[in-house]
Amino acid sequence: MELSWWAHLWSVLPEIVLVLAAALMMAVDAWMPEGRKRELGYWAIGGLATALVVTAVQAAQLTGGIAAPYEAFGGSVRADLAAMLFRVIFLLAGILTVAISMDFRPLRQSGEYYTLLLISVLGMGLMGAAVNLVTLYLALETVGIALYLLAGYLRDTPRSAEAGLKYFLFGVFSSTIMLYGLALIYGFTGEIAYNRIAQALVGLPTPAVMAALLLILVGFGFKVSAVPFHFWTPDVYEGAPTPVTAFISVASKAAGFAVLIRAMIEAFPAAQGNWVAIMAALAFVTMTVGNLLAIPQRNLKRLLAYSSIAQAGYILIGVAAASPLGVAASIFYLGIYTLTNIAAFAVAVIMTNVTGSEEIRDLAGLSRRAPGLALAMLAALLSLGGIPPLVGFFAKLFVFAAAIESGLLWLAIAGVLNAMIAFYYYIMVARAMYVDRSPEEEKPVWISRPARFTLWFTVAGVLLLTVMVYPLYLLAQMAAQAF
Amino acid sequence: MTIPAVTLPLLSFIVFTPLVGALILLLIPRHQKEAARVFAATVSGFTLLLALWAFLAYDRTAGGYQFVERMSWLPQLGIHYYVGVDGVSLPLVLLSALVLFTGVLVSWNIEDRPHELFAFMLLLASGIMGVFVARNLVLLFFFYEIAIFPKYFLIAIWGSTRKEYAAMKLVLYTLVGSIIALVGALALYFISPIRTFDMDVLRELAARGAFARTVEVFGQAVRFDHLWFLPVFLGFAVTAGLWPFHNWVPDGHSAAPTAGSMFLAGVVMKVGAYSALRVGIELMPGGAVYWLPVVVFLAVVAALYSAAISLVQEDLKYVIAFSSIGHMAFVTIGFAAMNVTGLTGAVLQMFSHGVMAAILFATVGMVYDRAHTRYLAHLGGFARAMPMATLGFILGGLVAMGMPGFSGFVAEFQVFAGIWAARDTAWWYPWVAILAAPSIALSAAYILRALQATFFGELNRERYPHVGDVTALDKVAIVTLAVWFVLIGVFPRVMTDLIQVGVEPIAALLQGAMVASIR
Repeated sequence: MELSWWAHLWSVLPEIVLVLAAALMMAVDAWMPEGRKRELGYWAIGGLATALVVTAVQAAQLTGGIAAPYEAFGGSVRADLAAMLFRVIFLLAGILTVAISMDFRPLRQSGEYYTLLLISVLGMGLMGAAVNLVTLYLALETVGIALYLLAGYLRDTPRSAEAGLKYFLFGVFSSTIMLYGLALIYGFTGEIAYNRIAQALVGLPTPAVMAALLLILVGFGFKVSAVPFHFWTPDVYEGAPTPVTAFISVASKAAGFAVLIRAMIEAFPAAQGNWVAIMAALAFVTMTVGNLLAIPQRNLKRLLAYSSIAQAGYILIGVAAASPLGVAASIFYLGIYTLTNIAAFAVAVIMTNVTGSEEIRDLAGLSRRAPGLALAMLAALLSLGGIPPLVGFFAKLFVFAAAIESGLLWLAIAGVLNAMIAFYYYIMVARAMYVDRSPEEEKPVWISRPARFTLWFTVAGVLLLTVMVYPLYLLAQMAAQAF
Repeated sequence: MTIPAVTLPLLSFIVFTPLVGALILLLIPRHQKEAARVFAATVSGFTLLLALWAFLAYDRTAGGYQFVERMSWLPQLGIHYYVGVDGVSLPLVLLSALVLFTGVLVSWNIEDRPHELFAFMLLLASGIMGVFVARNLVLLFFFYEIAIFPKYFLIAIWGSTRKEYAAMKLVLYTLVGSIIALVGALALYFISPIRTFDMDVLRELAARGAFARTVEVFGQAVRFDHLWFLPVFLGFAVTAGLWPFHNWVPDGHSAAPTAGSMFLAGVVMKVGAYSALRVGIELMPGGAVYWLPVVVFLAVVAALYSAAISLVQEDLKYVIAFSSIGHMAFVTIGFAAMNVTGLTGAVLQMFSHGVMAAILFATVGMVYDRAHTRYLAHLGGFARAMPMATLGFILGGLVAMGMPGFSGFVAEFQVFAGIWAARDTAWWYPWVAILAAPSIALSAAYILRALQATFFGELNRERYPHVGDVTALDKVAIVTLAVWFVLIGVFPRVMTDLIQVGVEPIAALLQGAMVASIR
């Protein structure tokens, strides 16, 4: 069936909006007087929100049965519900990141910063929609380059520069290895489209396919910060500007999972027996190492870095289950994790503004100093830990249920034991806020209006989604059926 | 035209009143401490009234689950918001409300962040009562986990001695137990012929032997309920303080603030026992029949060991803390009897011990507030200064000793009668009764020792020049609790009729599984 030009454009309309917004941002930046640069954040939010509305319309068409999923640009991208849902995650993460960036002191407000952010969201949207190897790689690199720059954005701070360089080196290295794997796949099959690769791989010798698959997994593993490809994570998270860390920890990870899930299910169904074992092993190692290394951390951002590694492990459980429930559980988990982790980082941003420090001990006395802020952090930590009444409970319940359903009982048990370790260090952060005392308890904490909005939005989300968990689960399930 | 009857969602009101109260409490300005206290007392008093209403309005002749509410939550996965109470859960709901109300009253004078203190207490109560009313497995675990983290803060912030250590120990113990049980519940879900977490349906399936089918583990064919009963039952029994998983109990109970100890010993341990009954025994009766005659030995050890240890404690709070392990052991022994008498005794023991532990810890807290020490050697003579608290402690002590005329006797007598009546189950059952009986004598000894050392003798006026009487609110709390001992001791049917209606189906389920296992 021949697609109209409009159908082609419609499939990537959110990305087109973002390109225009990025271009507009540079123009506005040049024209905006120095004193009013803070307002650039609202322009960025405007661009992202427009793309979000477009995505919402597309998703509504698909769920309402008005439109059917289709592939555009000669099989480069697919407009299906999974692509839309992941876009929603990226765009939401983008909006909330901008909101906590606007009054982050170390970050001098400039158009460049927001332009880079918009471009990385654009690349992520394409990552979620990519259905051939070339688009996949291009999208991945678009995101990568923008994020390397963002991580090293504080040029005057050595730690930030180091983070940018480290992220760049690790990123380039792993994406080169992945490219080699992609080339192998192309060499074996002569195809670049996922569905054709899947057909061509049937009957090929397993060792060859596995070699290529393992090389590709290096790139994906880097993106989602799975152990043993996680070494960059703590340093980059610690050094990068905190809002950028928040963004990398949620959006970049979600994008990594978007390509991982799609590539595994659409391109490598023939090797499923093998990659399920790899994913299960990755999940186990990732959550265990992440959680154990989080325990001794004294820096809040490093703690959240290891916690985000561990969270990737839980999400990998859903991938390893390789079932509709498993994929739905992973997508659901990613959505919840995005909200929750941004809430935690928003508190980190606010506290860095006030104390100039990122140490956990500087949260001491927060429950006396700013009870609402402490409560928001507590909600975020408990949701990350999977403790009800916060919606993180359901995220964990679904992945563990998926593992048991697929016969991975050992992984589910490892998962719940890991959840217990995680609870320990999350509670230790809460302990600093609630139990420890500090001489600065009387000083007020200044929270900017966009940051306040972010906190209300995310915390209300993790609370209310518990009650309204069903629609979100249904969406994730419908998206999982898209594969 | 008839007007459709609007039924009040009574149980939701009971469960969510404290939760909503906790949220509102946090909005009260920080410096208005008195307003926070009054508000917390109002909310908990209202909750108690609602619980009393449910207790009185429950139709005992009809039995079964009443005040049922059902709303879909995640229908596709068989997860519903489904609550109801029967003769087993209703006394425990009432108990939770009693402990919440009295806990607020005795915490009146705490000056450090009363807003948060009462908010955590209300949240804890909400989670606990949610467990007692939940009729869907996921909902039960949902509330069970809610009831874990507030304990950490209650102990770590407002506790004493090794509070942070004790708080973390308690939380990790109960968390590990509950998540192992959660894995068991998920396994149950996936093996069930009908994919649902609805406990009515699962119980129906269990009665028909659906979970008695064999599964393969490492090449061995084992019955599913034999395999999973033990992890699920023991996972919950951790919270009930069953030996050898009791280690959190003495530290946790002793480090907690007064209201926290009342909650821990009074209701939290019952949450564990109740869940073990509902999820372990009721959903896997085949496993219960197979394992309970063995598990009962753990309870016998717990009863003797804890009573003996209580006898030599120097810290007053540790005496009561160890005693609660022993009293909860009788609940397990009652479960193991697997007949109506034993189960009735077990449930009544939960209620009776809950009220008793609350009153003992409350009075101990009153002493500690005035003496600032809990060492028996430094105490003495407080009866003269605070007669009402002494009376409360004596009444609680009489219940602990199993004195006829009080609720403890009614409960423990039925437990013993039940285990004796079940002597066909295993040849050693009469021996269980014989072995456990000395613990009652020991409990009389440690209670009298603590009573003598704390309240009688000469008050050291040099050390305690200004010991005054307890406050009016403390007296209200003592009376609210003590009324139940005497009431049940004199008219046991107030409670036993209700409980019997609740345990009869469970006993029938177990008898059915027993017949099936013989066949």
